[in-house]
Amino acid sequence: MSQFVAVLVDGIVYSSWLFIIAVGLTLIYGVMKILNIAHGSLYALGAFAAVSLSTWWFAQGYPPMGSFAMLGLAAVLVGLVSGPVIERGLLRFLYGKDEVVLVLVTYALFLILEDFIKLVWGVDPLFVQGPNGETPYGLLGNFEIAGLTYPNYNLLLIAVAVISGLALAWALNRTRSGKLLLAVIHDREISAALGINVGLTYFVTFTIGAFLAAVGGALTAPTVSVVTGMGAEVIVMAFAVVVIGGLGSLQGAALGALIVGLVRAAAVHYQPEVELFSVYFVMAVVLILRPKGLFSGAEVRKI
Amino acid sequence: MKIDRTVLALVALAVALLVAGPMFPRWLVSLLNVSMCYGTVVLGMMLLMRTGLVSFGHGLYYCLGAYAAGLLDQMGKVSDMLAMVLAGAVATAAVSAVLGLLLAKYRDIFFAMLSLAFSMILYGLLVKSASFGSTDGFNVAAKTVGGVALSGDAMRLAVYSVTAITTVVAAIGLHLYLASHRGRLAGAIRDNELRVEYMGASVRATVHLNYVVSAVLAGIGGALMAVNIGHIDPEMTYWPQSGEFVFIAILSGTGSVFAPLGGALVFESVRSFAYEYSPNTWQMVLGITMLLVMIFLPGGLWSLFSRRRAAA
Repeated sequence: MSQFVAVLVDGIVYSSWLFIIAVGLTLIYGVMKILNIAHGSLYALGAFAAVSLSTWWFAQGYPPMGSFAMLGLAAVLVGLVSGPVIERGLLRFLYGKDEVVLVLVTYALFLILEDFIKLVWGVDPLFVQGPNGETPYGLLGNFEIAGLTYPNYNLLLIAVAVISGLALAWALNRTRSGKLLLAVIHDREISAALGINVGLTYFVTFTIGAFLAAVGGALTAPTVSVVTGMGAEVIVMAFAVVVIGGLGSLQGAALGALIVGLVRAAAVHYQPEVELFSVYFVMAVVLILRPKGLFSGAEVRKI
Repeated sequence: MKIDRTVLALVALAVALLVAGPMFPRWLVSLLNVSMCYGTVVLGMMLLMRTGLVSFGHGLYYCLGAYAAGLLDQMGKVSDMLAMVLAGAVATAAVSAVLGLLLAKYRDIFFAMLSLAFSMILYGLLVKSASFGSTDGFNVAAKTVGGVALSGDAMRLAVYSVTAITTVVAAIGLHLYLASHRGRLAGAIRDNELRVEYMGASVRATVHLNYVVSAVLAGIGGALMAVNIGHIDPEMTYWPQSGEFVFIAILSGTGSVFAPLGGALVFESVRSFAYEYSPNTWQMVLGITMLLVMIFLPGGLWSLFSRRRAAA
């Protein structure tokens, strides 16, 4: 019984983490039709920035609780700098190209950013930790379910995932700019003809997506050792999530994250050898049964 | 009968490589070896791209070919280079024939993603299989070539020669296939599948066949690489490896079978020199090169040599 509960709790925590990262990916794909491999690098950038800022914070001798603000600040900074730079400086010249070409452009970007991270932060593992070993991970205390102890930090992760999902859903369906965005998704050309500023929509979308990737990274930083290459690991998992759910679908990303999270948690607890295998196996099975993912609308056939 | 100029040039290339090989310094031989292994894999990528498909999981077959060769050596106790390469080809042909049944229905990003999923499944299996060395992989050593036991310099020369001959034969084979009736369907499928069906050809069968051919080329490349490097590990099927193959294919262009071979050589040279002179920024150099090529030379490096850019 307690193992079942452990799978459930671990799975949900892991799903929340995956969702935060995947939702930015699916948003960018849904609007811009770019499957952004560099999303993994933005996640890593968020993590590294969080390490730097919180290390600085601890070094000043400020109260440890403030390190949470530093995690948030790291995400905001990375999102607001890298998003606009990448979108305005590179991607906007390439709109309208083939989807696969755009994937490769972001792959090139991924390579560039991987080395950029190495240049700035070096290749040694880094930790978010104060002088007395305090970490944001431990600061919030613990909670108990069925005799198992979990850090409250996990609740924060779940809260961030739920809030970002609901906020995006609300913004898309209930606000004026969200509705304009849906129009752009539906038909870019007609929207432009009707006077919607498509360039601005893309700019904002990419920046929000980059911000969400950085949030994922910043929140992960206190829980792991921050190393180069962490982006490569995450991005392919995030691909699995969005592909299972259906590329470009918000609900899809949520369902995909839950499926991947629970499958992986179950594998870790019951059959550790199949941990990685299980995730991609599920991805392949979903793609075989529903090639366009679980949430996908009918598409008009093009000749 | 008119002799095909590309075939003639490829035969001349093979002769030149074999004659000049013994005179090359060691670093050049290993650069050429790795380039030829990659070149063979990218020949397969080129065939897929001509069909309008991009696989983000071709590392699957590259790795499978290498592990087939390695396992024949380690478990099967057959350490002949030719047998090992053959094992790589047979194993990938079998697996791709099965997976191709599914993949032949997929296009665009969905094809890329499903092939990615398959390659990551193999990765997930390999990193957890202790008997195959998990993430460390294991060492591979060919002891004979065509039944003749060799060692030292003679072995190195033989490995180089077999790699060169295999690569050139693969290139000639692919060139002839592309010129054949079935091979020419690839471009037609990329342009308009419906018309191909209306003209009475089977899109699915052609895509399936091209998929198997490209997988076998990747498997041969992987097996050759295993023998050349002497070590294999699951990284061979991790997604950045597959990305690298797509990268070289884009860099090269799909205009001619020479493009992947030349592209692989350029890629390996850039990587070796970048790695030598700035070990922390070689990926950055590659990334920037790739961006420049995609923006300014959409037809790849080959379009520099070819006046018919539209063909690329």
